[in-house]
Amino acid sequence: MKEFHFVGCVEVRELLGRRANDIEKLADILEDVPIDSVYYHMHSYFLRHYYLPGTYPNDFANWVAIQVRDRVLGEKLAAITPAGERSLEDVRQDLIEIIYSHLSESRSASYVVHGETFHFMKSHVIDIPTGIIVHNLHEFTEALKIVDASAIYNHTFETRLRDKKGRSDFAIWLNETLGEKELAESFERLDAYMYSLEGLRNKLIEICAEKGHL
Amino acid sequence: MKTESNTKPPAGIQSLESYRAIAPSGTVDLIFNLAGSLKGTSMLHVNSTRYGGGVAEMLQRLVPLLENVGIHTRWEVVQGSNLFYKTTKSFHNALQGQMEVITQDMFEEYSRINKEQMDLIDLESNVVIIHDPQPAALIHKKKDSDKWIWRCHIDVANPMRKVWQFLRNYVNQYDGAIFSLPGFAQKLAIPQFLIYPSIDPLSDKNKDLSTEFINKTLEEYTIPHDRPIILQVSRFDKFKDPLGVIEAYRLAKKYNDCVLVLAGGAAADDPEGMEVLGRVQEEASKEKDIYILNLPPDANLEINALQRAATVILQKSTKEGFGLTVAEAMWKGKPVVGGAVGGIAVQIVYGKTGFTVNSIEGCAYRIRYLLNNPEETLIIGKRAKEYTRRNFLITRHIMDYLALMKTLRNN
Repeated sequence: MKEFHFVGCVEVRELLGRRANDIEKLADILEDVPIDSVYYHMHSYFLRHYYLPGTYPNDFANWVAIQVRDRVLGEKLAAITPAGERSLEDVRQDLIEIIYSHLSESRSASYVVHGETFHFMKSHVIDIPTGIIVHNLHEFTEALKIVDASAIYNHTFETRLRDKKGRSDFAIWLNETLGEKELAESFERLDAYMYSLEGLRNKLIEICAEKGHL
Repeated sequence: MKTESNTKPPAGIQSLESYRAIAPSGTVDLIFNLAGSLKGTSMLHVNSTRYGGGVAEMLQRLVPLLENVGIHTRWEVVQGSNLFYKTTKSFHNALQGQMEVITQDMFEEYSRINKEQMDLIDLESNVVIIHDPQPAALIHKKKDSDKWIWRCHIDVANPMRKVWQFLRNYVNQYDGAIFSLPGFAQKLAIPQFLIYPSIDPLSDKNKDLSTEFINKTLEEYTIPHDRPIILQVSRFDKFKDPLGVIEAYRLAKKYNDCVLVLAGGAAADDPEGMEVLGRVQEEASKEKDIYILNLPPDANLEINALQRAATVILQKSTKEGFGLTVAEAMWKGKPVVGGAVGGIAVQIVYGKTGFTVNSIEGCAYRIRYLLNNPEETLIIGKRAKEYTRRNFLITRHIMDYLALMKTLRNN
């Protein structure tokens, strides 16, 4: 039977040297930054905040709500998650459209007064084998408890979007190798953007327990 | 389930294994595995001093650990003349936005010393990390096959243009630059990476201490511990706002009986620091519960003890680079109230791992809030420790360097 290799990761963060002090500029730059930058700002939050679910799960929403203090736009941007069939380019367009639509409805463009500038970045993710290899569901659930949280991130988010597999590695392996279709679907239905990595780990373990695999 | 790798550290040197129980679960294995994929790669660090200052302190810990995980790592130091050091000190100030007079002679001395050092230092290594402006001109010795990175530890958000333009000519010849905060990024023709500084949880400044030692330290400085202690550890520098701290303490003290300790250093050859210390002492003399400690640079255990004894730790800076005293406090499970500037805003997640504030009144309010909500204070402190464990320990720093080496190699 094909085993599952848990692969952790570390992120090399690259500064693009482009910055925004108001939301119009944010949208302007968003139009032409590398798509990896959109990915970074929509996901990197997880690797910085393993234990803390934040105000919002993406940097754009957090910056607009906290630094620019435009709570309405912050909420609208937070509602965007790259779920389902939507590509990162779709996400980029959604973000830009929401900002311009909000600008057209507002009397003036919001800008930073006392807050921090938004700095555009991107990341290169380096895969690192954790050395943990599992062959069945029991080993899989036990491994979930101890594996470095970066592996949860890698197999949930990186694989789905940057590796363009469309599903998490966990779901693919559970379904295709173990034939655990129902469990795989439960993993896929999980709204992963609503958790910290440690929260997500606990939720995955809980799902396995509910299905009687602990 | 099986484990693939198990690298034993060589005996006799500081070992990454010592961090296994401290770093996040799985991190030590990840580091070994990542380092294993870089086997045979060499790394050289070059800076301008082996002792004193944050960079030297960091390299003293990082270099043996990198060597321990199998990366052949060396550390070289450039030696200069008095004029060279005077020049690089002026560069340092100018890059941090201070107006400095730098003559042509000074620029020439900077280039001359770097040229001289090129022939004296063995600069051959797969990856060469040049720290700060002092040795930046060594880049002329770069071989095409090697990767050179300029690691900038200082706040270059608003540099004096003349000095930055001079330095930028060298920096643009590197394969990349590393900055400590996104706001420090510059217009450069090379990739710019972000790596946060780190603290070492096993150093004297951060290791666990006995209650007995902590109490003894308080007694030594005659600090009462029958009431909550509010502490700020920092140089006596106007940008650390020690007078603002005293004012915030006075506002909080109206409602809560507590003690303020301002611990730091002011060197006799730093007239500005001595002046700030004088004013702080004068203000403190008006209150009976304010303790001003002018500590020597090696008082690491004492600072550690003070941080562990404190109930609330402040870092009320009005300008700050990264501010590692915040991570030190957070690592000890303390809630930090910090100025919303520089790296403090990166380390403190508002309301979760501490509070960032923008005024004296805001600082006083958060001191009162934390003193009156001990359960919340405990929770924030616990979160702060976990956040630091993941983001600001030396183990993360090693991982970042290894990941960067891998990226450079792949490119």
